[in-house]
Amino acid sequence: MTFDTTTIILLAALLVAGVCTVMISDLLLAAIGLAVSSAILTLILFHLGGPLAAVFELSVCAGLITVVFIATISLTKADSCEDERWEKLRILKRFVFLPLVVAIIGWRLAVAGIHAERIAAPLSGEVEGVRQALWSMRRLDLLGQILIILAGVFGVVVLFKGKIDDGEAEK
Amino acid sequence: MTGGLAALFALGVVFVVLLAVAALYCILVSRNLIRILIGLELLIKSVTLLLGVAGYVTGRMALAQTFIITLIVIEVVVIAVAAGVVIGIHRRNHDLDACKLRNLRG
Repeated sequence: MTFDTTTIILLAALLVAGVCTVMISDLLLAAIGLAVSSAILTLILFHLGGPLAAVFELSVCAGLITVVFIATISLTKADSCEDERWEKLRILKRFVFLPLVVAIIGWRLAVAGIHAERIAAPLSGEVEGVRQALWSMRRLDLLGQILIILAGVFGVVVLFKGKIDDGEAEK
Repeated sequence: MTGGLAALFALGVVFVVLLAVAALYCILVSRNLIRILIGLELLIKSVTLLLGVAGYVTGRMALAQTFIITLIVIEVVVIAVAAGVVIGIHRRNHDLDACKLRNLRG
């Protein structure tokens, strides 16, 4: 696979899903649009030959993060915080400016062209497995990942502990 | 680099930039905190796409996959903690408008 129709269709679908996620005014639908974007990105990663990253993207981003967003939306019962008088400006910003900006930048990039030979490194003959890359080349990064996960867990615990204490104080 | 791979990389970079522009637009224009988080998530997706395309083009997809997995782990932690902070802000202020967060104003 180098440059085929499937790639273009998937990339365009990802862009359309992303722009629709930004343009939709309902937060729940925006969260679902984000999940659709993740699913399309999963297809792209699988198409590019990265099945492990694709599975992570599908299970974590399209699954877990969508659940977190929907839980947050339902817990906060978040309404749109813009006033009625800003409604026209909001619609203008969301439905006119964004597609216009994306179209102009896309046109400029297409006209200017990107010289990939200067940006990307040359092809290397070395082919390593994910296992070797993860456990041999990036051993220190795994330690960082563990620390980040622990920091996240402690952060969530502290946040919810504060809320429980507040609730008990109110009682 | 062959012409096909260079064209794929150029195409990927164009879509990454466009997705990042949409995400930055969402972050900058929105006032709702959850919508700002959605924009941040979209921005991370554009970076994931760039890593995937770069890994494929350079022939180091295994290394790119490990980077993507690391990125996803960090993304989940950031979103989980940020969602907790958003819920806390809503319980305290009963509002999610970013412009009304003036508790730390001097």
